Amino acid sequence: MRFTKKMAAALVIAAAMSTAFAQKIEVIGAGASFPAPLVTAMADQYRTLTDGRVTVNYQSIGSGGGIRQFGEQTIMFGMTEAFLNDEIVEEVEKKTGGRAFNMPITLADVVVTYNVPGVKEGVVFNGEVLADIFLGKIKKWNDKNIQALNKSIKLPNLNITVVHRSDGSGTTNIWTSYLTKVSKEWADKIGYATSVNWPVGVGAKGNEGVAGVVMNTPGALGYNSYAYALLNKISYGYLINKSGNTIKPNFEATSEAANIDLPEDTRIIFTDTPAAQGYPVAGFTWMLVYENLEKNKAIKSKNEAEELIKFLIWAITDGQGLSERLGYAKLPKAAVDKNKAMIRELKWNGEEIGKKILG
Amino acid sequence: MSDNNTKKINVSPSALYGWLGDRIFAVSVFVLGFIVIFTTLAMAISLYYEGSEAITRFGFWGFLTGEKWDPAITMEFGAWPFIVGTVSTSLGALALSFIPAIAIAVFTAEYAPHWLSHIIENLVNLIAAVPSVVIGIWGVFVFTPWIRDTVEIPVYIWSLENAPGLTPILGNPIGYGMMTATIILTIMIIPFTTALTVDAFRMVPKEQREAASALGATKWEVIRMAVIPYSRGGILAGTMLSLGRAIGETMAVAMLIGNKNTLPFTLFGPGSTMASVIVNEFREAVENIHLTSLMAVGFYLFLISLIVNLAAAYIQRKYAVTGGRAV
Repeated sequence: MRFTKKMAAALVIAAAMSTAFAQKIEVIGAGASFPAPLVTAMADQYRTLTDGRVTVNYQSIGSGGGIRQFGEQTIMFGMTEAFLNDEIVEEVEKKTGGRAFNMPITLADVVVTYNVPGVKEGVVFNGEVLADIFLGKIKKWNDKNIQALNKSIKLPNLNITVVHRSDGSGTTNIWTSYLTKVSKEWADKIGYATSVNWPVGVGAKGNEGVAGVVMNTPGALGYNSYAYALLNKISYGYLINKSGNTIKPNFEATSEAANIDLPEDTRIIFTDTPAAQGYPVAGFTWMLVYENLEKNKAIKSKNEAEELIKFLIWAITDGQGLSERLGYAKLPKAAVDKNKAMIRELKWNGEEIGKKILG
Repeated sequence: MSDNNTKKINVSPSALYGWLGDRIFAVSVFVLGFIVIFTTLAMAISLYYEGSEAITRFGFWGFLTGEKWDPAITMEFGAWPFIVGTVSTSLGALALSFIPAIAIAVFTAEYAPHWLSHIIENLVNLIAAVPSVVIGIWGVFVFTPWIRDTVEIPVYIWSLENAPGLTPILGNPIGYGMMTATIILTIMIIPFTTALTVDAFRMVPKEQREAASALGATKWEVIRMAVIPYSRGGILAGTMLSLGRAIGETMAVAMLIGNKNTLPFTLFGPGSTMASVIVNEFREAVENIHLTSLMAVGFYLFLISLIVNLAAAYIQRKYAVTGGRAV
């Protein structure tokens, strides 16, 4: 008799444990490598906040992979540094009867890094000069167009070695979209994408590759994400933005760049921003989510969909607190508002669960 | 007692030790062998299939000879610059490595005392075992600045003053480029040629050497007349293995070649190879035609490796020494 009692108790405990286990949820995402450190840190903190109940599993497989896996519905959310093009948006609409949302999750900023012996941080550039350097038209550091912007610095008679990313990257996407906006010649000949047909220069792999070449080549000029330049103490330049203000790269100026009149779907490239104090070479990294969550085969239950939404909301609000320590700029209010508007439209079998959770 | 023994002998061995075991062994070897053939074919077919969009759009020859690689505006892709890069760096590395590799082999197998040849052989094998990304990092931080400052810039300045016609061939002396990549490849493939050549030298029959010595040959003449001709097959096999390695080498090359996707390539200036463009652009290739073009480059790389391997097999068969007879 005593034994059966014990066994019953054990059974109850086992049952309780198994339901607790069943409630554990794994939110699976994949995509761009640039935001991976941030998303991983967010995942860690979120797991602690939920007492280990929700695990966010993010695989950094690249933007292209993120978009493809999102289309194939093997992940709950995708992550990309290039927003979905109209073709994919239409395809998703046809397939799921709802939109594919691009929600900004963080900001990438790109700075000009260089190595000129005897010259420290703070050489000033404008869009025209940078486009001419990357087109190979300005070849020397003491070119009169660069010198004109830097009257107080004596620039040497040294060849400029242009350094660009050899691997496809969101950094390149942002950088070339900036050059496209400021130079007609660049727009006609080269254009912008995650990798382009560079007219001059040396290609190096990854942020670390570009930084490496810049650091050990006198006369080199490249572009890096701001956090990377900061971390490795590489000299970086200041840029004159559209409003004519000289901007020293910093996280506030980057956030400010996106604090503009954003379209409803946030699919915008805001390099050469109209914001007066905004840093001109910055862009969003987007999280990709289906409007009709039940249509995504990777999400198996309403419960999972709700947990995904909760994580999303946390990531664009409290989660942003992790940004600057890790080298990312915080989302501006304009972007958070648009995100919330999109979250309110998320549905599960027609039920507006986004609205319900966000209130 | 004896009755018992007869009994034991009369019991037939279990089936596993008889025909069944033989059969199982034969079947498993057969299956494993076929897995290799099947995998190779499957790889070729899937590469072709994945890259077929690009190949049909630009044509088999059109893609092969296309010189443009523009993933932003025109979306036109062609593999020619990468084929030029792969062929010139790997043949260059082969040419540079051949004499030193054979010389190292001659020294270790013929001249060096036993203890020294052991040390050299181990060190050579060690180079072969260093991961290519480590060689790449060493290249970025040590070799590139060194070669730029001590070779490229002086040569470039010399040519500016004395042979201006040469400068377009030399290109920009920035350290990252075709020559740096070729030299690094040379260092990486020497061990393969050396190891196989040493083995081939050691397999030369004693009689062969003795015969040459009996004719009054000096040590060098013995090597030249008896040892090297006899081991031609092994030397060629090592060379071809090295070439295959050079063609497929990815990481170190991508880190050092400078990654420029348009012809013309110059000696000091940046270039790129088939393997390097794939590793560079694969992850973030967003557009479909870009991705399929990279797959197609992979397919052509597969074809080139196949051709090299078949050529190697043919050469080896033709020049290999059989039955102790140097032809």
